Amino acid sequence: MEIKQTAMAGTLESSDIQIVLSQGSNGIEFDLTSDVMKQFGDDIKQTIEDVLKAFKIDSAMVKVVDKGALTPVIKARAITACQRALDMKDQPQWEVL
Amino acid sequence: MKNNVNREIPDQILNDYNYEGFKSAEFGNPEIQRVAPKVTAQTGPSKIVESVKKVVADTLEDGMTISFHHHFREGDYVFNMVMREIIDAGYKNLTLAPSSLTNVMNDIVVEAIEKGTVTNITSSGMRGSLGDAVSHGALENPVIFRSHGNRARAIESGEIKIDVAFLGVPNADEMGNANGMNGDTAFGSLGYALIDAQYADKLVLLTDNLMPYPNTPASIKQTQVDYVVKVDEVGNPDKIGSGATRFTKDPKELQIAQMVNDVIVNSPYFKQGFSFQTGSGGAALAVTRFLRKAMIENQIKASFALGGITKPTVDLLNEGLVERIMDVQDFDKGAASSMKNSPNQQEIDASWYADPANKGAMVDKLDVAILSALEIDTNFNVNVMSGSDGVIRGAIGGHQDAATANLTIISAPLVRGRIATIVPEVTTVITPGESIDVVVTELGIAINPKRKDLIDSLSKVPGLPIFSIEELQQKAEKMVGAAKPLEFTDRVVALAEYRDGSLIDVIKQVKD
Repeated sequence: MEIKQTAMAGTLESSDIQIVLSQGSNGIEFDLTSDVMKQFGDDIKQTIEDVLKAFKIDSAMVKVVDKGALTPVIKARAITACQRALDMKDQPQWEVL
Repeated sequence: MKNNVNREIPDQILNDYNYEGFKSAEFGNPEIQRVAPKVTAQTGPSKIVESVKKVVADTLEDGMTISFHHHFREGDYVFNMVMREIIDAGYKNLTLAPSSLTNVMNDIVVEAIEKGTVTNITSSGMRGSLGDAVSHGALENPVIFRSHGNRARAIESGEIKIDVAFLGVPNADEMGNANGMNGDTAFGSLGYALIDAQYADKLVLLTDNLMPYPNTPASIKQTQVDYVVKVDEVGNPDKIGSGATRFTKDPKELQIAQMVNDVIVNSPYFKQGFSFQTGSGGAALAVTRFLRKAMIENQIKASFALGGITKPTVDLLNEGLVERIMDVQDFDKGAASSMKNSPNQQEIDASWYADPANKGAMVDKLDVAILSALEIDTNFNVNVMSGSDGVIRGAIGGHQDAATANLTIISAPLVRGRIATIVPEVTTVITPGESIDVVVTELGIAINPKRKDLIDSLSKVPGLPIFSIEELQQKAEKMVGAAKPLEFTDRVVALAEYRDGSLIDVIKQVKD
């Protein structure tokens, strides 16, 4: 699916993650900063990528500022960002959840 | 070789620096020859020198070892004042041997490393920009980390030979009689600095508060002092100790403190005349409050509280619940200011406190120690030195020393953010698992399997969940996920000694 608008979810509080999705041109590109980059950087990317795939998004610029969020938090913020970016926040995608 | 906590120590390090690998926490009864300082006799009426610049020029040569204390903590002006003169005068190849390094000292040490002024460091620990620089290989020779007790041992044995000690004091007379208790910048106990005063060849006191001669009580005596320098300010009183200690409201810390208290009160050591040491963290302070209640209810008094002292411990002394405070440093103003009025708050030096190579240290008489940790592994080994990214950001302090207590409790949250505290293997072993008896987290406790007696007495306590350390580790991992192992180069940037002077671990340069 095509990203319709730049969308953001999450805050910069500790244990949260802020994800900004915008239109990409070259697959899924990450700009990730994280307090736990060395230990969980790959894991965070994978978690977000899985959510994007579930929404059938295959081209996006993903800017992420992670403050040590746990995986369920990362998923929840990614889902919200996707729904906002696809302008479908009134139509929850239950199969993605 | 692999030492007895299963850490690989490169043979070259053992050979180059003449180390043995860590074997055991037992020190035994070796016969030890101590060293003695060189004394330059003087009979003049005053030791006042007009400036730091002059005293540096009169005492220092390239390649010497210099020392400082860290009793002014984040309010220290002396370290920067002296190091500035030393760097600007162009000295090279100095060994820096302070009791520890606080954050206000970081930047100037990094500068001194870059300019070749300092080429060796031994300390209790380091943090911030300095820890970062060292972890990235800024210093050619590895830093040596020693506990407070071990530093005293190393100075007494001559492994650290202090040529010039620069000690800031909140008061002194013209001959060098000084203490830490009086003056605007009073910090209480001079514990760590007293070893430097006893063993340095040249001792320089810096003070902003010249007192009429003779100045008493004299913790540092004129017999030990070569020079006294009057400076404008030795420190910032507001930053020397934290202000009034507030008790934590964090439910996680309170839960941990409650369980630590349950462990202590239901252990065989909670009896008339027991002794304890707590740290300064939120949970440790809350433990003091719970312990107070339990002591009143059970009509039990402690014979002494040891180590770094806080106001809540002083309150216990004033209430008569603790007979003596054996005070090597004071963490807050309440503790610092009460020493001068309280004969039962005894100043002790680092050797008396915690040195194993002694005719008896206070830690040998310690029943209960409550300590913190960055990481604990499933062998109960503790890391208080390397952060979750592998960068140096901590200090041994008295951890290894106090951990020799009869009941050593590590209090720590199961996870901090997304970082597990209980892990399969710690990044750096500082205190060996054989010293640790109980680990307390907010979810429950784990008891070292070798302490069958504690397993027996604590199993009966209602509402105290007991897990194996492996179970706690798995709970943490389930919560945060499996972390990717940190990557290091082969280059050793720091050596962590055990308190007996053997090598317990090495720290390698981080790979970025």
